[in-house]
Amino acid sequence: MTVEVRVTATLQNLVGGQKVVRGQGETVGQVLTDLEQRYPGFQTQVLTEDGALHRFVNIYLNDEDVRFLQKLDTPLTEGDVLSILPALAGGNR
Amino acid sequence: MTVSVYVPTPFRNLTGNHSYVEAQGDTVEELLNDLGVRYPALRNLLGANGDEVPAHVNIYVNSHEIHTLQGKATPLKDGDEVAVIPAIAGGQVLTPEQVMRYSRHIVMPQVGPIGQRKLLAAKVLVVGAGGLGSPVNLYLALAGVGTLGIVDFDDVDLSNLQRQILHHTRDVGRPKVESARDTIAAHNPDVQVIPYREPLTSANAIDIMSGYDIVVNGADNFATRYLVNDAAYLSGKPLVDGAIFLFEGQAMTFIPGQGCYRCLFPAPPPPGLVPSCAEAGVLGMLPGVIGAIEAIEAVKLILGLGEPLVGRLLIFDALAMEFRQVKLRRDPKCPLCGDDPTIHELIDYEEFCGAPLPAAQNEA
Repeated sequence: MTVEVRVTATLQNLVGGQKVVRGQGETVGQVLTDLEQRYPGFQTQVLTEDGALHRFVNIYLNDEDVRFLQKLDTPLTEGDVLSILPALAGGNR
Repeated sequence: MTVSVYVPTPFRNLTGNHSYVEAQGDTVEELLNDLGVRYPALRNLLGANGDEVPAHVNIYVNSHEIHTLQGKATPLKDGDEVAVIPAIAGGQVLTPEQVMRYSRHIVMPQVGPIGQRKLLAAKVLVVGAGGLGSPVNLYLALAGVGTLGIVDFDDVDLSNLQRQILHHTRDVGRPKVESARDTIAAHNPDVQVIPYREPLTSANAIDIMSGYDIVVNGADNFATRYLVNDAAYLSGKPLVDGAIFLFEGQAMTFIPGQGCYRCLFPAPPPPGLVPSCAEAGVLGMLPGVIGAIEAIEAVKLILGLGEPLVGRLLIFDALAMEFRQVKLRRDPKCPLCGDDPTIHELIDYEEFCGAPLPAAQNEA
């Protein structure tokens, strides 16, 4: 399965400045592993050492937060779009 | 000539509860006379039969007040829309100047004089008078939001002026809340600004918020962002939130009990992982887009209009020129607003974020 992965904000630096990359896998977690192989260091920005999602990064399958699905085990189907969205703080000063 | 006449709520009992009625006339004067014949109860209110239109009633032809046209001699043509807008509604008086100033809002049936009174009576607390706080404060002030509390401990810096439209070159070095108050006063003397030239902290946040109906966030750091979220929830206040970085922005509205920032991002990134806007930069117009969205959300909440940005996170990408939305759910496990909350009062946000609350350091 190949899905589109949309990478926002600071995380784009990890994939050579691209906004959209393609990832392979049957689940969200497998796609992250695939991206790690091509973009070493990517996974550590998204996952903790224990392999869980960082709490300041959200992954959306289409428009649904995977934390409310099956997290990293969430299965993918052809045509799905994953979005990886880190918390932003800017605004004021 | 038959034209459609908009009748606002306070006059509708005189027109059989119709929002729009038809009447005939080649000029505004003839139209008013015809309306007086069709709806005798309106006659005195509108100054039909040659009388002057009372000063507390404005008449609009296609959104233009007739004194800016040819008064009662203003000619009418087929398809014109006339609106009759009283300044008095429910006991509180809009001055003729206010009726004129806010006419583009008042003429919209979704706002009307009653909505304008709601705006004038509203009290909004804006956290920050910087990138996001500037457009938020300015647009709310222009709309006639009567009381704006502004929290900002910072002084205006030359590097702020690339995006912070509340401040001018001559303000460099002045406290932002003072510069903001002067700018707002020049734009709209109706607005009372209450400046808080201090950082928002666990010690003062609940107290400051207690005097306001809505909180709008323009904070530039995670510690303040979680503090504002928690304080607004614990105070039972709606929170309109926004964030910007480089070419991207996020906006969302939190109604207590329908999800909060902690449901979206349970914890902040470790210090240093996400660079500040001072380190990484921010497109100057970006806070204009996100700040205007925050101001729209606040006005919608005040007027009870439309659907707030609740349960949705709006994402703006200026380079792709694309808006997207993802779902934002209340997390039953949220330590603040979940089913079994563990946070019942404000905590130590410096410890939580591993970074100090700003006292005078990073500029976003």
